[in-house]
Amino acid sequence: MSASNPPPGPPLGLLAELTHRCPLMCPYCSNPLELSGARAELATDEWLRVIDDAAAMGVLQIHLSGGEPVVRRDLEQLVARCRANEIYTNLITAGVLLDEARLAALAEAGLEHVQLSIQDSRAATADRIGGYAGGHAKKLAVARLVRAAGLPLTVNAVVHRQNLDHLAEIIALAVELGARRLEVAHTQYYGWAYANRAALMPTPEQVTRANEVVAEARGRLKGVLTIDYVVPDYYAKRPKACMGGWGRQFLNVTPTGKVLPCHAAESITDMTFETVRERGLPEIWADGPAFRRFRGTDWMPEPCRSCDRREIDFGGCRCQAFALTGDAAATDPACGLSPHHDRMVALAEGESAAGADRFRYRTLRRKDLAGQT
Amino acid sequence: MSVALTADSVPRLAPGVRLKDDKARGQTVLLAPERVLVPDATAVEVLQRLDGRQSVAQLSKTLAAEYDAPVETIQADVVDMLADLAEKGFVEA
Repeated sequence: MSASNPPPGPPLGLLAELTHRCPLMCPYCSNPLELSGARAELATDEWLRVIDDAAAMGVLQIHLSGGEPVVRRDLEQLVARCRANEIYTNLITAGVLLDEARLAALAEAGLEHVQLSIQDSRAATADRIGGYAGGHAKKLAVARLVRAAGLPLTVNAVVHRQNLDHLAEIIALAVELGARRLEVAHTQYYGWAYANRAALMPTPEQVTRANEVVAEARGRLKGVLTIDYVVPDYYAKRPKACMGGWGRQFLNVTPTGKVLPCHAAESITDMTFETVRERGLPEIWADGPAFRRFRGTDWMPEPCRSCDRREIDFGGCRCQAFALTGDAAATDPACGLSPHHDRMVALAEGESAAGADRFRYRTLRRKDLAGQT
Repeated sequence: MSVALTADSVPRLAPGVRLKDDKARGQTVLLAPERVLVPDATAVEVLQRLDGRQSVAQLSKTLAAEYDAPVETIQADVVDMLADLAEKGFVEA
């Protein structure tokens, strides 16, 4: 069994986090705790170069995300450049800033798909979770505008203890809104979600019930709604194949141009990341130190290194290993073979039973708010 | 509601789904929301012909003539393949 550190093939997908600015304050936001303001963001021509480089590398899909990508006035221009390069363009949005005219302009520019987040099926809970009064009602209206603009819709719902019991309603709402796809994503506990873990962690009973709800709905809604379901790995026996393997299929460009192997990678505090202002995207992908660090299987400790699943789950999640053990190269504690696994499960069960419901909301620091346009 | 795909169905790619010549990897891919599928050469032949006008029966007839194969066999394969893709949301009929 030889370990390997192979040269990478071309990446399949690129997550373009155009901005950290967002009107919502979800306590599980996937952006880092250290948010950047408008003045630090890449300029239009820098993003255009990223898109051209991505196309030349063989990237097939670009996910335009944030923060809220709609705050960028050049969004249509970036969409058009993706399409000129034949890259599939997906907009990941909270929706509340979209209107009919903007959607028409985006569709005209060549946008191919909209992924709209909802925080819950019920307005009161949804608005409390997102920290944005009236947000849920706006999202429902925007979902209808998306369909009216002829754009296919995916609804994304991040689920946790405070909305998981509404899962059947969330599924029904996705169907009612005309979505063909629903992502039910159990919260992943890094960054903001890690800080809010005690308020978010579901109970084992809730998770079991949710699994049943999804299984039933999948059978009933075949050909109507595809449900992608990301299981919560605190209660799993084996880790998820995070990002399909580190530096193997995906890359992420942050608002300031840092190139990351995954959107949460900045939570690993002993890593440094190159930016597209310093070096080209293809070069960073090929041999950037952050990408090389956990690419392949060379870096793995035992029991991962000789595990017959090492190229199935690629050792799980490095961010989770770092968050829970302080060592980013440790076996992912989601794996039953990790010496930290039992402690992780006990922690999850304890926090979910304690029922602390208060959130620490995601916010930009005050001085960055001043930089908003 | 489940997917009923028959010889009379007139299939097309679902909205937000398209075929692309993936030059970097020397293959044809089916791009869909958050998903990339690599259909085999036979599937590509079928998918390239989906135009929202021809029925499965018509498509199968063309393919049978082109490949000099029995139309019953081709049609059964095409129905199976498209039903599977319809169930996964790539194809509509």
